[in-house]
Amino acid sequence: MALLEIRNLRTYYRVRKGQVKAVDGVDFTADRSKTVGLVGESGCGKTTLAFGILQILPSNARIVTGEVRVGGELVFRAPLTHELKFLLDQDGSARAAQDMLAMRAAGMPADKASMAANELMPILQQEASLIEDAQAMIAHGQADPDTLKRDLLDLVDRRERAWNRGFTRRAIQRSQRNRMQTMRWSQVSMIFQGAMNAFNPVYRVGDQIEEALEAHMDMTSEERQARIQELFKLVGMTADRSDGYPHEFSGGMKQRAMIAMALACKPDLIIADEPTTALDVIMQDRILGEIRDLQRELDLAMMIITHDISVVAEVSDRIVIMYAGEIVEEGSTESVFETPSHPYTIGLLEAFPSVKGPKKKLRAIPGSPPDLVSPPSGCRFHPRCRFAQDICTRERPELIEVDAGHRSRCHFAKEIFDGSLG
Amino acid sequence: MTEDGAVWDVHGLRKLFPLKAGLLDALRGREKQVHAVDGIDFSIKRSEILGIVGESGCGKTTTGRLLVKLEEPTEGQLLFHGKDIAPLKGADLKDFRRRVQMIFQDPYESLNPRFTVMDAVAEPLTVHGVTDSLEDREDLIAKALEHAELAPASDYMYRYPHELSGGQRQRVAIARAIVLQPEFIVADEPVSMLDVSIRAGVMNLLLQLRDEFRLTLVFISHDVGVTRYMSDRIAVMYLGRIVELGVGEEVISKPLHPYTQALLTSVPVPDPKFQRGRAKIQGELPSPIDLPSGCTFHPRCPYAQEICKTTKPELREIVPGHFAECHFAGEVGLSSGAPPAAAQVSGGGPPA
Ligand SMILES: Nc1ncnc2c1ncn2[C@@H]1O[C@H](COP(=O)(O)OP(=O)(O)O)[C@@H](O)[C@H]1O
Ligand SMILES: Nc1ncnc2c1ncn2[C@@H]1O[C@H](COP(=O)(O)OP(=O)(O)O)[C@@H](O)[C@H]1O
Ligand code: SF4
Ligand code: SF4
Ligand SMILES: [Mg+2]
Ligand SMILES: [Mg+2]
Repeated sequence: MALLEIRNLRTYYRVRKGQVKAVDGVDFTADRSKTVGLVGESGCGKTTLAFGILQILPSNARIVTGEVRVGGELVFRAPLTHELKFLLDQDGSARAAQDMLAMRAAGMPADKASMAANELMPILQQEASLIEDAQAMIAHGQADPDTLKRDLLDLVDRRERAWNRGFTRRAIQRSQRNRMQTMRWSQVSMIFQGAMNAFNPVYRVGDQIEEALEAHMDMTSEERQARIQELFKLVGMTADRSDGYPHEFSGGMKQRAMIAMALACKPDLIIADEPTTALDVIMQDRILGEIRDLQRELDLAMMIITHDISVVAEVSDRIVIMYAGEIVEEGSTESVFETPSHPYTIGLLEAFPSVKGPKKKLRAIPGSPPDLVSPPSGCRFHPRCRFAQDICTRERPELIEVDAGHRSRCHFAKEIFDGSLG
Repeated sequence: MTEDGAVWDVHGLRKLFPLKAGLLDALRGREKQVHAVDGIDFSIKRSEILGIVGESGCGKTTTGRLLVKLEEPTEGQLLFHGKDIAPLKGADLKDFRRRVQMIFQDPYESLNPRFTVMDAVAEPLTVHGVTDSLEDREDLIAKALEHAELAPASDYMYRYPHELSGGQRQRVAIARAIVLQPEFIVADEPVSMLDVSIRAGVMNLLLQLRDEFRLTLVFISHDVGVTRYMSDRIAVMYLGRIVELGVGEEVISKPLHPYTQALLTSVPVPDPKFQRGRAKIQGELPSPIDLPSGCTFHPRCPYAQEICKTTKPELREIVPGHFAECHFAGEVGLSSGAPPAAAQVSGGGPPA
């Protein structure tokens, strides 16, 4: 079983112009003891995806659909009302809603079993009653499909209102957040983009790590001190450094301290969001090397987020390429580099200068990434794609498996993979 | 290193910035200084692209600003077509300012948000009083925009920077730099803020403009891959010095200086099958205020010997056209695999 499983995650930001569809239907898994690299240009939704996993999104963000499981346990799920509404709004039929409800109902016993300490039980109770009413409506509804759809939307709206009124929503959100708080340190932790600012400047670095240990680990003060010393050694700093303040640390040292903090509560998975982007190349290489050594030594699962495809070439077992809020290609690192099967991936590789091998002419991808408030219809890459056909402007391609574990979201994925196109 | 027909000849160029020292230090005459550029020599031929590469703070931008006279040297000479630019005044200075231009790293900052594209590109024409005719001006602006691949120009002229993508903004900055048809441009990290998919387009544009107008360029970057792609020759800077200088492909494939070797070893390669070693260098970049004695790289150098701590190496021509500032250049590291002769004699072998 995968350590982290994300299913159909959609995270939108409310803005004046509408909604930024920053993560739009992402399925993602991370396996134990493996490194997965998430690659994409700035603004494609990488950080939003990571923040969604940890439930640390800003207040204008909304998770519209999807769920997150860690170690098989359901730790987050978008309200069923949102899911249903989304489905019906996307000109889904009542029939599609019926299928979805049936699937939810069937999964219910397993979901119940997977929830620790029943913290998220209220969600399931909510869901069960909504599923019951909606299924009854569908079963008795003799009306035409459009009326049925409207009735269902009505039901969802009523439920949402009742929900908000009864403070149930807030209680559930609180319990999901609490669950995640604990998770955040002891199972999944994160190295943030721009670690420079992740520490509070007025407290000693060691004290900030101790705070995390105190909150999430059952340890005596002596044990905590010993753990801090151990952590500093682990990341290649002398233990007396833990008495220092953040401003006394160089860029490389701050990054190491951040890694020490992420390791503090012995997580199974570390999400590293652009962990070396602000550093010069020599320091970047050293820190990446250290992260990789630690990953092996401690048998961690890592998710490395970066815009630099050469970084993941070296550190990842698996690679996932994101474009405009969607995953467009994923597979083993070898397979993706050897037989890239999505035009965007091919474009990235052709645009990237290397210091090894003969000097080759680079080729830019025309245009620029789209505005995620109103992304292009059909395949989001179509305005920039040299293989685009009529169908690409109309139909959103699914992820197509081109080889074992290697998938591409392109209508012509197979042709590109076997070389009969491009 | 004077060369016939060189656009630039730079000798002993030095730029020190005084640090705001405490009053006591100042009274005692112990004012501290940042050695931003610390004695460099180079020349640039017509239509050549000289790449300057190095980690942040090594003096790349200061070198660029000195070349376009945004900064005055503390010491040394900058000869433009053989003439020192230091004493330039009046009409001569104005003429110089028309012939050399600079493109900056951040297209978000280098364009005034309240200026349309047209205003931004027109500004140099106004400053230099190029033409009074409105049609001629518009014509020049349109040409510059189209040369920067913003075509048709009329689609862009009346837009504001916030209505453009990052790549388009950098193209406006390029149009602005070429509108006066300069012969020399300093491009300071012009693609560092751009996404990979867009970067190649801006780089190809600069290469094309060089060919079309026989432009001479200094291309500054901290990215070795990008520098390799753009440059005919590469100068590697470390703590205000040029530690290696040579034909681009020579420097990339046969680096002579231990620092260049470390830099190149540290660059990740977009090929999962490529097995890369790890750079052997120690520690972090020292402060450019209190420079190490002798060879400034010695505290981090895996091959350092006694002489390196006491004696400053000279920039020497090791192979024709390929210079390095190291006592053991050509004897150490990647290029030979052997430890320096001195190490074998003294028995104090370099660390593996
Ligand atoms: N708080 C926010 N409000 C509105 N839009 C946001 C917010 N945070 C991020 N975005 C937008 O969401 C998209 C994805 O952003 P992000 O996840 O940070 O991308 P990445 O990490 O890949 O650079 C971008 O278009 C960004 O502008
Ligand atoms: N105007 C200035 N005043 C004081 N120090 C400066 C000034 N400009 C640059 N420096 C210092 O000079 C050194 C070289 O800077 P710079 O030329 O910008 O390097 P690079 O472009 O290679 O990053 C740095 O230590 C920098 O802090
Ligand atoms: S679906 Fe069409 S537009 Fe999208 S990547 Fe494939 S060929 Fe290009
Ligand atoms: S002179 Fe000495 S310290 Fe400097 S780079 Fe050469 S071997 Fe290293
Ligand atoms: Mg991000
Ligand atoms: Mg600079």
